[in-house]
Amino acid sequence: MSNQINRQQVERVAHLSRLDLTDQELDLFSGQLSSIVEYIQKLNELDTKNVEPLAHSLPVHNVFRPDTPRASLPTEQALANAPDRVDDFYKVPQILDDNSGA
Amino acid sequence: MTDHFTVFQLKQDIAAGRVKSRAITQAILDRIRRYDSAIGAYINVFADKALEQAQAVDDKITAGRPVGPLAGVPIAIKDNLCYTEGLTTCGSKILGNFKPPYNAHVVERLLAADAVILGKTNLDEFAMGSSTENSGLQKTVNPWDKTRVPGGSSGGSAAAVAAGLCCAALGSDTGGSIRQPASFCGIVGLKPTYGRVSRYGLVAYGSSLDQIGPMTTCVKDAAILLQVLAGHDERDSTSVSSEIAAVPDYLNALEQAVTGLKIAYVPQFIEHAEAPVRDAVKAALELYQSLGASLVEVRMPHFDYAIAAYYVIATAEASSNLARFDGCHYGYRSPSARDYVEVYSKSRAEGFGAEVKRRIMLGTFALSSGYYDAYYLKALKVRNLIRKDFSEAFAKADCLMMPVAPSTAFKIGEKTSDPLQMYLADIYTIAVNLAGVPGISIPCGFDSHRLPIGLQIIGPTFSEDKLLRIAAMFESKTDYHLQKPDLK
Repeated sequence: MSNQINRQQVERVAHLSRLDLTDQELDLFSGQLSSIVEYIQKLNELDTKNVEPLAHSLPVHNVFRPDTPRASLPTEQALANAPDRVDDFYKVPQILDDNSGA
Repeated sequence: MTDHFTVFQLKQDIAAGRVKSRAITQAILDRIRRYDSAIGAYINVFADKALEQAQAVDDKITAGRPVGPLAGVPIAIKDNLCYTEGLTTCGSKILGNFKPPYNAHVVERLLAADAVILGKTNLDEFAMGSSTENSGLQKTVNPWDKTRVPGGSSGGSAAAVAAGLCCAALGSDTGGSIRQPASFCGIVGLKPTYGRVSRYGLVAYGSSLDQIGPMTTCVKDAAILLQVLAGHDERDSTSVSSEIAAVPDYLNALEQAVTGLKIAYVPQFIEHAEAPVRDAVKAALELYQSLGASLVEVRMPHFDYAIAAYYVIATAEASSNLARFDGCHYGYRSPSARDYVEVYSKSRAEGFGAEVKRRIMLGTFALSSGYYDAYYLKALKVRNLIRKDFSEAFAKADCLMMPVAPSTAFKIGEKTSDPLQMYLADIYTIAVNLAGVPGISIPCGFDSHRLPIGLQIIGPTFSEDKLLRIAAMFESKTDYHLQKPDLK
């Protein structure tokens, strides 16, 4: 596997991350991410064939509680930080196209 | 009146009515007004609210009513902890106007303990950084040398404690963010075991690594604060119940001497630090030996892979956690966004700083199709090997000792152009978060520029009581923690 992250990959990752980066940022990150990813290849020096992945360090797994209704954040508080709102809703630009439905 | 107050002395004096919390709070607010323009520790100071809280404690005491364990003690909190007073910015433009609708669990605990909350301290944006230079809002300098960084990401909290701009502070530690700034600023910083303190209301960075802890001027104060913070909270499903690990009496534990102490160390870790750090840590080990401790040489063969594993795991978690900043529900929305995709992509591009973007990109890459097994899964397996290194060391000794950082505080701007160099400086702290074990940084010396050096003591899970005792042994024989920076 190549250690380098090319400009095209950086653009793809920026798209997946929903980050509208400038050309200058894309150039900067191509170089920086390449050297970081190259460093991370170090992990391949280790044989992990018989090692279990460790997601976290606790002896705790699924935590359940009784499924009983309880109060949630009141609408006004939930909307208090909204950049834009209409009535009791968050207001965002139109998502569905009138014609295509996508 | 002295400039620096310890929590344990002040709480006794206030509770006994010897001093008024309002007077102490006012004195510290005056110090903040006088010195913080040059230090930049605080993003927001809640002077009126703090004086109101202090007055309420004084009134309770005058009326003979019972008060909490932090009654009237002025404390600062890192600005990634939600508090309904003022804003919670995370040092980010994207949360520049965010007013939390609820308090973090630890804030509830502080308020229930009758603490006075002075304000919110600066940090690397979303706690991503090792110098506080990544704050999107302001610069914080090291009170010991204003041309140097305070460390990070809890740099504002560390600087505030070191400069006497609060009695104690809360920080958060994902890869060293409590311990390293504590070391750079000459204070005590404790990262508890993962799960010891609820993360409810802490803005998430790396959820399997983040932990909140105290930053104080002495070990006893760290014990007092941890007592208030620790314990189960059902709103954080990773916070541990008392059946798994009951919260001991930390302060009482301090009174018990540690006999037959066995300290594990890895000679190369100490040798690889810069000379002043190496010498101070060696001298600390010798002091422990003179107190009857024995040293056990251990190997930690996977420790060297911790940074690589961390920067996959932490960034993968960050890329997912920070997906919530969408310009729709709260936080910044770009005024130039024309459609819903641009609401996301422009708001995020304009709201996040460079380091946050870099880590989101790296994490998204590591989780993306075709790379998941090679990077993310591989890193989780290496994480298990690193945890085994720790358990093997703890099978032979009570604790591990090593430096906190390879150097003392570096110059502002020295490492900002090369992110990888900044990451590599986290070598001694990161593995502790991956393993989920507790670690404490205590002052153990100064270099020739009179910059503080920290000793890191690491223990098995839920051994904070013992770690504090071991730390207190050193503190009682030294005066490094009593030395204060000259702010003039």
